[in-house]
Amino acid sequence: MKLIQHAAGVLAAFTLVAGTAAAAEKMYGPGVSDTEIKIGNTNPYSGPASSYGTIGKALTAYWNMVNAAGGINGRKIEFISLDDGYSPPKTKEQVRKLVESDEVFALFQTLGTPTNSAVHQYVNKKEVPHLFVATGATKWGDPQSFPWTMGWQPNYQTEGRIYANYLLKNKPDAKVAILYQNDDYGKDYVKGFKDGLGDKAASMIIAEESYEVTDPTVDSQIVNLKASGADTFYNVTIPKFAAQAIRKAYDIGWRPLHLLNSVSASIKSTLEPAGLEKSQGIITTVYLKDPSDPAWKDDPEYKEWLAFMDKWYPEGDKSNPFNVYGYAVSQTLRHVLEKCGDDLTRENLMKQAASIQGLKVKMLLPGITVNTSANDFYPIEAMQMQKFEGQEWIRFGEIISAESS
Amino acid sequence: MVAEADRLPLAAAGSPNPRDRLAIAGIRLPVWRGIWFGLGLAAALALPFAVQSFTVFQMTQALIYAIAILGLNLLTGFNGQFSLGHSAFYAIGAYTAAILMNNWEVPYYWTLIPAGLICLVAGFLFGLPALRLEGLYLALATFALATATPQLLKYSHFEAFTGGVQGLDVFKPDSPVAWLSNDQWYYFFTLGVLLVLFLCAWNLVRGRTGRAIIAIRDNPIAARAMGINTALYKSLTFGVSALYTGIAGALGAIVVEFVAPDSFTFILAVTFLVGGVVGGVTSIPGAIFGGFFVLLIPNLSEWVAGMTGRTDAKGLSWAVYGLFLILAVYIMPSGAAGFVRWLTAKLAR
Repeated sequence: MKLIQHAAGVLAAFTLVAGTAAAAEKMYGPGVSDTEIKIGNTNPYSGPASSYGTIGKALTAYWNMVNAAGGINGRKIEFISLDDGYSPPKTKEQVRKLVESDEVFALFQTLGTPTNSAVHQYVNKKEVPHLFVATGATKWGDPQSFPWTMGWQPNYQTEGRIYANYLLKNKPDAKVAILYQNDDYGKDYVKGFKDGLGDKAASMIIAEESYEVTDPTVDSQIVNLKASGADTFYNVTIPKFAAQAIRKAYDIGWRPLHLLNSVSASIKSTLEPAGLEKSQGIITTVYLKDPSDPAWKDDPEYKEWLAFMDKWYPEGDKSNPFNVYGYAVSQTLRHVLEKCGDDLTRENLMKQAASIQGLKVKMLLPGITVNTSANDFYPIEAMQMQKFEGQEWIRFGEIISAESS
Repeated sequence: MVAEADRLPLAAAGSPNPRDRLAIAGIRLPVWRGIWFGLGLAAALALPFAVQSFTVFQMTQALIYAIAILGLNLLTGFNGQFSLGHSAFYAIGAYTAAILMNNWEVPYYWTLIPAGLICLVAGFLFGLPALRLEGLYLALATFALATATPQLLKYSHFEAFTGGVQGLDVFKPDSPVAWLSNDQWYYFFTLGVLLVLFLCAWNLVRGRTGRAIIAIRDNPIAARAMGINTALYKSLTFGVSALYTGIAGALGAIVVEFVAPDSFTFILAVTFLVGGVVGGVTSIPGAIFGGFFVLLIPNLSEWVAGMTGRTDAKGLSWAVYGLFLILAVYIMPSGAAGFVRWLTAKLAR
């Protein structure tokens, strides 16, 4: 009896020690095992923003490629991407499913400003990493209040300010008309623009029209903006409505200086549906290499991306910058996951995500790198301006950087 | 309008029912009803401890839909007034709860009462002019209500209140009972509210008011001739129906923790109608079946469509949903409750 008790005690002690030792080597959060890491995503594969659905497909293709090469530190990525139709209630439902039913390790590249807004509080309350969201709204870079959420692309207010500075320098007496989506995304862009114009905002902006993402068209808003007599048009719309706006403005004979927000600066998704001849002279900003820009024809990064598309996403459009975007942002997550090693807790994931220094991601414009810190949750803060001439975007000017800390 | 087989025999609503002397396998029908109720209640109480947290959340949503569908049943099944606008009352209830909880820090359990009362008044006020409208025209008027509601909620001048397109986040407090998780607590809270509401509806239908309501459905002229104030009863039924759906909406806001205009479109009104018909539009317990149907079948359809391996199989999942719906109506033309009645009639001696 005593012998058995002793043996049991030794066994218990041994298991305790062994267990602690093992725990010190590998720490797992939910959704992680020795063989896989579950990552959750929502994307608008249907609905008014479905042209962004190709990003979700590019992401899926990238993780398929990573898995085929053995995964990250020996673990395959199970990438669960659900359709939310760009509808905030649906996003809330899908994210809840991902977090509570699928029990993913982290959310990655969930797309849309209103959609991410719907889950912002929930995700932070549940302490789920909400990384590299596919939206540039300024509010994603607020580690004090929302330590689990981080954006990726240059934020909208910075971009708005870039357009404002361009106007002040090149067309200080412009009369500006603004069309914006009536949600946080649209209002963010407008705020940055107005802040950039400063005191001159009130005198320069002579008309503002908004639209709801559930509206069928924006034609009446364009007619109103033309009637205001503006000669500059600041267009803050997603591709579907940007195309309508460009086409309508041209058709009614309004030819303003056209500033288009970068989220719609895709030839395939916006300019072609609008009509390339109607899109001449449109100005926007860019931070990724546009696949239709002939300057990158012989660039090794571009060729590598083309090979990726050919092998893993052959039905994807090789002239759509959204597919470059998906490719680039996935590299960032891959880098962060690799740095986690075997310490795959959610806390460590956020720590690694908040300590990226000078990361060169393929297909970013030369000179732009990814940087984050405990106070800087804006990974990319630099852009260059480009103008649409003929059939392609021509970049001009310097890389404008707004890097903070 | 309402199928012949559906009509609750007036005799069953309150007076001693001769059918109650029938028995299946030796057990009288009323006893059977008691057994089924007991089993159902036991299952409902045991469920949250047996399944995953997310499933408990889904079951809670099904119960909430059941309450909303019961509201619709009271109006359409028992009173014969067709409504395609109940998503509006659901929305009013949801936003009332959300605004009270966020702006005035009202505890969630108190929000049900104002939500219900506001919807009672709204339903009554809508029911009054609707008295002039019958059948299709009433359907159209309620359709207008359902379509207008999301737009009104998005209206920029109300944005300070309603949060506009972005909607409102609602915070529900944690479970006050240590051994119940949040999802379990809110499931039981919803179950409690559901039992109270269903009991009230059952009482209503079995009493004088219930008989009057049903009489108005079956033969409005005869009802008038017998002295029933059809105008008052029809408007009141509209109000009570809206009250039920409004309370469901408030519960929905609390449990889902989010309200946005696009959650309350016309599709929601159709969903309630589907649930009502599939459950049995003249049945009270049928509403529970309906609630589960409208929650589970879309998920099932998405799963079936997802088996084709396409990420954009959204259209396909709707087609599968339609298929399930056609099957349900084909097999059970009077809804699940009608099916149970038919089965009982067959087996009882």
